[in-house]
Amino acid sequence: MTHRARYQVGREKVREYAAAVGEQSPLHYDPEAARRAGFDDVVAPPMFAAVYCGPAIGPALLDPEHGIDFPRLLHAGQEFTWHSPVVAGDEIETVAELTDTTPRGDMTYFTFTTRSTNQRGELVCEGTWTNLVR
Amino acid sequence: MTVTPDRYVTFRYAGASGDFNPIHLDDDFARSVGLPGRILHGLWTMAQVARAQGDPLALKSLSVQFRGIGVPGQEIVITSTPKGDGVVECEAVQGDQRLVRRGRAVLTIR
Repeated sequence: MTHRARYQVGREKVREYAAAVGEQSPLHYDPEAARRAGFDDVVAPPMFAAVYCGPAIGPALLDPEHGIDFPRLLHAGQEFTWHSPVVAGDEIETVAELTDTTPRGDMTYFTFTTRSTNQRGELVCEGTWTNLVR
Repeated sequence: MTVTPDRYVTFRYAGASGDFNPIHLDDDFARSVGLPGRILHGLWTMAQVARAQGDPLALKSLSVQFRGIGVPGQEIVITSTPKGDGVVECEAVQGDQRLVRRGRAVLTIR
């Protein structure tokens, strides 16, 4: 089962996220600096992928069909591959899917993949989310 | 790169990211599930590893394993070891906890 969701990238959200993780570059805060560098608006830091994937990966993790005991869930690993920059004003659609379930002892690894595209249909980010249920 | 998360960082990251899992916000809840107190978001720590790579637009991919438990208020040391062809091996350590191991970043070579 796949979970699909859209996320509208807002300028203030990019600034709030950039500040929360300590990014320094004016590309994330100042639209003029971003425009001078050739972007339409402030540029999301790469790890902002965790934000725009949220509305798809969150419900995928909680999907009762997958049977994940949420309070026992640990985020064990993460991979992102970025393709196109994301800027404020973009609309990102993410499809999340459970792609692997591997038992190990009395624990189970659940691996989800996400694929995010922008409003022009360009691939912006692929993610692999590995979760361990203790 | 070193970074010391202040005591409010998990609240700011929760608001910025939408991840309000109480293990990151509520010491009592965190202790009730066997943690030492509220812990850092793994994706916040991963964002520090990403930031340590320099130019955010040059980052093509980043892969990490989360292991140790990160807490607010203690310095995190991020080491990045270039391996050639834009590949960088990285890890993040806080005290005796390895928060990120087997990190692998791939950077655009300009």
